[in-house]
Amino acid sequence: MQVRSLFFAAYRDAMGTGTLDVDLPEGATVGDLVSSIRSRGAPFNRLPKAPAVAINHEVMRGDARLTEGDEIAFLPPVAGG
Amino acid sequence: MNAPARDQGASGYRIAIVREIIDPAAVLALVRDPADGAVLLFLGKVRDHAEGRRVGGMRYEAYQPMAEKELNAIVEEAARQLGTDRIVVVHRVGDLAVGEVSVAIAVSSSHRGEAYQASRFIIEEVKKRLPVWKQEQYADGEAAWVQGQTLEAIEDAR
Repeated sequence: MQVRSLFFAAYRDAMGTGTLDVDLPEGATVGDLVSSIRSRGAPFNRLPKAPAVAINHEVMRGDARLTEGDEIAFLPPVAGG
Repeated sequence: MNAPARDQGASGYRIAIVREIIDPAAVLALVRDPADGAVLLFLGKVRDHAEGRRVGGMRYEAYQPMAEKELNAIVEEAARQLGTDRIVVVHRVGDLAVGEVSVAIAVSSSHRGEAYQASRFIIEEVKKRLPVWKQEQYADGEAAWVQGQTLEAIEDAR
């Protein structure tokens, strides 16, 4: 299956891109996605091991399972207002 | 911000994330209600310094669809808890100059107590929960993302 990763703010600066499509085996979790991204090496290994994530606009934990077409946003600590 | 006209006494909160300059008078006009005795306007703005460094401006970035959804949820909570739905919250993104308004919160209610509570609740939750980031643009040409608060999952894993 394919999912779409989004990087914002400091994460986008570190990754050098705001979007990354990733192929994963069925049943993969957020944690598996993070491992897959980090295993690509520099600069993708600059993604933290357990970043805050939202799946389809909902904040979720690292053990959440992914499904085809999900949008997974990696969210650095927020600073609105 | 071009605020749409609103009939006196109409109910329902509204939120927006905009790129244009926020006009506080337009935001205030949206919460007018003849039954209310208190109107409170909070403006967050860009200050000219941070930890001893001179700041020339602030760049705001949002994960727009999620930020709109989260801002809706925050204002709905405030409306439910405090019994007033005359609430307007506008957050700006993009490049802001020193002194420009980054967030405006207008609350109208029967009495001042609920207005102060709702306004305070909303700004604190915005800082904690909204997927928005800001980068200080220093006068010397450098820039740095402001250290923020880590989002925590509140739902069980699916």
